[in-house]
Amino acid sequence: MVKSKSAYSTPTKLGKIDTHIIVVWVDNEASVLSRVVGLFSGRGYNIESLAVAEVDQKNNLSRITIVTTGTPQVIEQIVLQLKKLVPVHKVGNFKRDDKKVIFKEMALLKIVANSNKIKKALNACKKYNPVILDQTNKSAVIQITALRREIDSVTKNLKLFGLVSASRTGAVAMTRGAETFN
Amino acid sequence: MPKLFSGAEIVFKCLEDQKVEHIFGYPGGAVLPIYDELKNHPSIKHILVRHEQGAGHAAEGYARSTGKPGVVLVTSGPGATNVVTALTDAYMDSVPLVCISGQVPTHLIGTDAFQECDTTGITRPCTKHNWLVKDINDLPRIMHEAFEVATTGRPGPVLVDIPKDIQFAKAKYFKPKKEKKLNGKTLNRFNQKEIDQLVDLMKKASKPVFYTGGGVINSGHKASELLRELVALTGFPITSTLQGLGAYPGDDNQFLGMLGMHGTYEANNAMHDCDLLINIGARFDDRITGKIDEFSPKSKKVHIDIDPSSINKIVKVDLAIVGDVSEVIKSTTRTLKKKNLNLEKSNKQKISKWWQQIQKWRTKQSLNFINSDRIIKPQHAVQRLYELTKNQDTYITTEVGQHQMWAAQHYKFNKPNRWMTSGGLGTMGYGLPAAIGVQVAHPKKLVVDIAGEASILMTMQEISTAVQYNLPVKIFILNNQYMGMVRQWQELLHEKNYSESYSEALPDFVKLAEAYGCVGIRAEHPDELDEKIEEMINTDRPVIFDCRVDQAENCYPMIPSGKPHNQMLLGPKDQEANKITGKGKSLV
Repeated sequence: MVKSKSAYSTPTKLGKIDTHIIVVWVDNEASVLSRVVGLFSGRGYNIESLAVAEVDQKNNLSRITIVTTGTPQVIEQIVLQLKKLVPVHKVGNFKRDDKKVIFKEMALLKIVANSNKIKKALNACKKYNPVILDQTNKSAVIQITALRREIDSVTKNLKLFGLVSASRTGAVAMTRGAETFN
Repeated sequence: MPKLFSGAEIVFKCLEDQKVEHIFGYPGGAVLPIYDELKNHPSIKHILVRHEQGAGHAAEGYARSTGKPGVVLVTSGPGATNVVTALTDAYMDSVPLVCISGQVPTHLIGTDAFQECDTTGITRPCTKHNWLVKDINDLPRIMHEAFEVATTGRPGPVLVDIPKDIQFAKAKYFKPKKEKKLNGKTLNRFNQKEIDQLVDLMKKASKPVFYTGGGVINSGHKASELLRELVALTGFPITSTLQGLGAYPGDDNQFLGMLGMHGTYEANNAMHDCDLLINIGARFDDRITGKIDEFSPKSKKVHIDIDPSSINKIVKVDLAIVGDVSEVIKSTTRTLKKKNLNLEKSNKQKISKWWQQIQKWRTKQSLNFINSDRIIKPQHAVQRLYELTKNQDTYITTEVGQHQMWAAQHYKFNKPNRWMTSGGLGTMGYGLPAAIGVQVAHPKKLVVDIAGEASILMTMQEISTAVQYNLPVKIFILNNQYMGMVRQWQELLHEKNYSESYSEALPDFVKLAEAYGCVGIRAEHPDELDEKIEEMINTDRPVIFDCRVDQAENCYPMIPSGKPHNQMLLGPKDQEANKITGKGKSLV
């Protein structure tokens, strides 16, 4: 990189970029998602995937799981900025290779092909708990759960066997063992 | 059965319970029920502005000069969009504002109705939080929460968007709850161990400096007193950001002046060479730090801030203390006194070499300029204004540009909350409405807007507000017919190509003052300056003062683009003026 003389705009010590999974517990209220997403877009942070749903109906809480990339400094800022939002209760921050945390993503895959190819497709998904949700003589909808990068590679392979459409949830996360995140 | 109140009544009951005395606003279709209710609440005075941006800045001036939240009332659509600049300004400079906006009736939201806009969507990035009230029963809670969010932690603007049908609907009212937990966002999070670490660093330091900011002002009047005590106790030098001016007396010997792009030579060099940098309520803004990887390279850095996200955002620090500035300083002073009664003296000995170095830097007299007896130099005008107003409790606001920097350099503030300027956003047109807000809060005090002729034209209409309420604000225009700061950068960086920075046509400000029904004064020669300033001060009406100054004057000293603190560009007297290199140009 050419050394710039900028006092303002050039990141001087570009740290290593890591992938992190950020988990945010929020009040399930109107526009809360846009507050979180707007924070990311407004400050130039990255979103690789995002999953959100209500998890506690009694207390009206939703859980947002965001996969993001950034330098350690950026990741720290993301967490601190999220904590400032009024509807945010707590924020979890996990590195992708954190052994104490399970990351999973679900995908629905539509295969349009003859039964032979569908069989091969199913075989290719074998490792990822495939479930056939719908089948006709020329198509199938297969559900798999796996890591993001596993789904990335499976969907690439399945193109050969007639994959026409893939729908993915984005990663969700849960700590291992009896511990819960506070 | 408990009494039911309309939404409009609830708004005012909340304002009364929050002890609001003044609101700044402009009526329109979607807030008419609230305006209709105004007459029933004599303790709340409404100031009618001429443009909603003016309402926002006036509320900012009000808030900054009192420490209380400013309240704004605007209508839907253009009313709300016009206030966005002021909300963003308040967000950048941490000013507590509560903006109430009308909205089209609930059933019309999303239909592109007349004067409809997505107000909460538009203001989401420029407020701490905002609410669209969809159920009248939520209104009392939301109103109280709005004040709570605006004023606690790091202060800032909030907005409550109230559809017209909600203003008519009826519900029960309840008073604010005493204790609220905003998801734990307002706590002091520091502990004694951190304070001990700070004291330890202070004891070891031989070249320490305090770098204080707007956080000290926001922490309240007491914070300034505590800061003065701490600075006296340690004997350390202190410098301040633009927003922090007044927290520490500007004429005190331990004060190095403002730091940053147009800060003093001694303040910036002290920042660069120090071995302990104690940041109290400032945020390492890019106009302060200059080149980041050469910023204060040899120092241990301490950051005291109420906002955890300010820490390590720009500059990695060695010790972070998250808490209210007052509380942190109080604990530090207490610990210092407890641990070492003699610190004051031993410290002063230890850092005496450091002070000698600072004295050397001071001899550069970096704020100097070449005065003239033929033409009014803008710095001279500010100095004369200071000399002629320093004997009374004067409030100064500014617009944005060269005049703002000259005001910061040459006007010495001795008390907090006397200096209102747009630092973060740099909003031209801030100063006049802000001065109006200040004057509303302090009707008997002298309020001067040090302005430029380009900035003032952006919100000129508000002089009409000043006349209506007989607010005797003084608009002191340093008129050089240029957007001076733009012209200066063009001179230094763009080969004197003064592209669109000259105003070929300007109003006659004296006649303009008369047209608005206030007083116009013009000064064209240094000889008449004092006399005219006296005339302005002694006029008990709004004044527009057209001070014709040198068109070519530049604001020095200056850290040129791409340079660290210790490579400042000094004024015309300086021989070794650093040339700005080709690559540096793109960087300002």
